[in-house]
Amino acid sequence: MNALATILEVRGLSVSLPIGGKLTPVVTDMNLSIARGEAVALVGESGCGKSMTARAIIGLPPPGAEIAGSIVLKGQELTQLTPSERRRIGGREIGFIFQEPMTSLHPTLSIGAQMTDGLRYHLGLSRTAALERARELLDRVGIPRGRDILAGHAHQLSGGMRQRVVIAMAIACGPSLVIADEPTTALDVTIQAQVLDLLARMREELGLAMLYITHDLEVVADFCDRAIVMYAGDRVEDGQPEQCLTRPRHPYTSGLVAAIPRMGGTSARLSPIPGQVPPVGAWPAGCRFAPRCAIADEICATRPVFDAGVRCWRPLASPAP
Amino acid sequence: MSPRLPNDMSATTATIAPAARRAGLARRLAAKPTAALAILVLAGLIAAILAAPLLTHASPLKIDPAHRLLSPRTGHLMGTDHLGRDMLAIVLYGGRTSLIVGFFVTAIAMSVAIALGLLSGFYRRIDAVLMRIVDGLMAFPGIVLATAAAGYIGPSVTTVVLALSLVLIAPALRVVRGQTLIVRELPMIEAARAVGLRETHILTRYILPAVLSPILIQASFVFSAAVLGEAALSFIGLGVGAKDVSWGGALAEARDYIQNGWWIVVFPGAALVLTILSLNLLGDSLRDALDPKLAGRRA
Repeated sequence: MNALATILEVRGLSVSLPIGGKLTPVVTDMNLSIARGEAVALVGESGCGKSMTARAIIGLPPPGAEIAGSIVLKGQELTQLTPSERRRIGGREIGFIFQEPMTSLHPTLSIGAQMTDGLRYHLGLSRTAALERARELLDRVGIPRGRDILAGHAHQLSGGMRQRVVIAMAIACGPSLVIADEPTTALDVTIQAQVLDLLARMREELGLAMLYITHDLEVVADFCDRAIVMYAGDRVEDGQPEQCLTRPRHPYTSGLVAAIPRMGGTSARLSPIPGQVPPVGAWPAGCRFAPRCAIADEICATRPVFDAGVRCWRPLASPAP
Repeated sequence: MSPRLPNDMSATTATIAPAARRAGLARRLAAKPTAALAILVLAGLIAAILAAPLLTHASPLKIDPAHRLLSPRTGHLMGTDHLGRDMLAIVLYGGRTSLIVGFFVTAIAMSVAIALGLLSGFYRRIDAVLMRIVDGLMAFPGIVLATAAAGYIGPSVTTVVLALSLVLIAPALRVVRGQTLIVRELPMIEAARAVGLRETHILTRYILPAVLSPILIQASFVFSAAVLGEAALSFIGLGVGAKDVSWGGALAEARDYIQNGWWIVVFPGAALVLTILSLNLLGDSLRDALDPKLAGRRA
C-alpha cells in the first residue's frame, strides 16, 4: 500500500464511555488504515464497538466519552483539533451514511434545504449554486427529476430513494472518506443491491476511501477489499474478505461464517455460536472470546497479541500463501 | 445493474400518495365537529369584539342612573348594570381587553419560552441553571405570583400582561425544553452534526421546526390561561383598572346584584366560558390533528 494514498490511519484507538458512573472501555486498541479507493469493512455483532469506532472517527462520540489513540486523516491528526476545526474537517472530508434513511432525514425541512446546508457552510456556495450542485448530485446517485425532489420532503420518497439522497449528501462536499453504518440494513433486498451498487460506483468514480460497517459477512465479500472482524471492542481478525469467509483464522470469525444460513446447505440446522457477547465492562481479562470458544485452553486466559492478521493464540488455518 | 428503472417507479408512486394526504392543517381541523365549532365560536366572538363600535353605540363607561338594572330589551340587548351601563357594550369592550391581554401574553410568554426552552433543552449547562429558576417559579402559585407583580406595579393592562407572562412562561418553557430533549437525540440531528453544521444552525434550522407543533398547541392553552387569568385578576381588583372594561371586572361588580338582575352575571360569564372552552377545544383538536399517530383514529 502506497503511504501517500493512505486516507485514514487509526492507531491504538480506544473509546471509553461513562457507564454507571464508571469509565468503561467499549473499543480497545483499534488499528485500521484505508487507502484511496479502498473499502474496508468493519464486521461484528451489535455491541462489538464498530459503530463506536466510526463515531470516534467522525468526532461524534456520545457525551462523556473518552478517546485515546490517534486518528489521522490525510496526514492531519484529528484528535488534536478543536471541536470547531474538527467540524469543518469532519463535515467536508468525511461523509457519513446512516443506517436508517427514514430517521436521518429531517421530516419538515425540504430535501433541498438539507442538501444545501452543508454545501453552503463548507464550500461557501450561494443558495442557487448549492441547489444546482445538489441537483447534479442527485443525478449522480441515480435520481432523475432532481428539481422536484429538492422541493419535496423526506416522507414523499421511498426508502431506497431516501438512502440515495443520504448518499448524495455524504459525497456532497467532495469528501475523501465515506463511512457507511449499515447503510442497507433497513432496506428491501432488491434495493439493498442497488444501494451497494451505487456505493461501489461512487467509490470508483470519486476514488473514495470507504469504511463500511456491517454485520453481514457476505455483503463484505462482494464489496470490500478488506474486512476487520470485531468482537467485544477488539479487532480479532483483519484480512481479505474471501479468506475470512472460506478460511477464517479466528474461531469467532469461523463461528460467524458457520452461522450464515445457506440455501441448499447439507446441514438442516444453523450452527450458532454458543453463549452471548459479554456485556461491556464484563469482558474476560484474557481472550475475550475464550468463554465461548471451543478450542480455548489455559493460554487463552492471557490476552492474545494481534499478530499476522489475527488476535488469537490458536489461529485455525494458515492464511493463503 | 441499472438502478434507474425501478427507482423511477417508486418515485412516482411515492410522490402521489402524500400529495393527497397533504390536505392541510386547516382542512383537517375543520373536518372535526368540535374543532369546527370552536373555530366558529372564536371567529364569531373575535368578529363581534372587533366590530364593537358598529354593533352598539353605547359606551361601556357611560353611567346612566335613570336606566339601572334594566332587563334585556330593545335598545339594551343584554340589559344594563347597577350603574345603568349597557351590558352589550361591556361584554364587547371587555372582550377587547381579553383579546389584547391574551394576544400579548401569548406572544411574550411563548417567545421567551421558545428561546429559553430550546437553549435549555440543547445545552446541558444552561439547563442546570435555568431549570432551577423555573422550578422556583413553578413552586409559587400562579395567582400569588401574578398578584404580587400586579400589586407591585399597579393595575393596568401592561401590568396584567407582564404578570401573566411571568406566570405562564415556566410551564410553556418546560414543554419546549422537553420536546427539544427528545428531538436532540434523534438520528436526523446526529446526521446534521455529521454534516458538520454549527450548533446554533442545528438548533434554529433543525430542532425548532421539529418542536413547532407542541409549541402551537401550548400557545392555544397559554392564550386561554391568559384570558382566564386576566378575568381572575380583574375579579379580585388587581386587573386592568377602572378605565378599562373587562369580563372579570364586570363579574366582580355584578356579584352584589345577582338577585336583582341575572343578566349582569350571565352575559360576561357566558362570554368568558365560551371563549375559554373554545380555546381549549381548539388546543385539543390541534394536538390531535398535528399528531400523525392519532390522525386516522379519531376522525
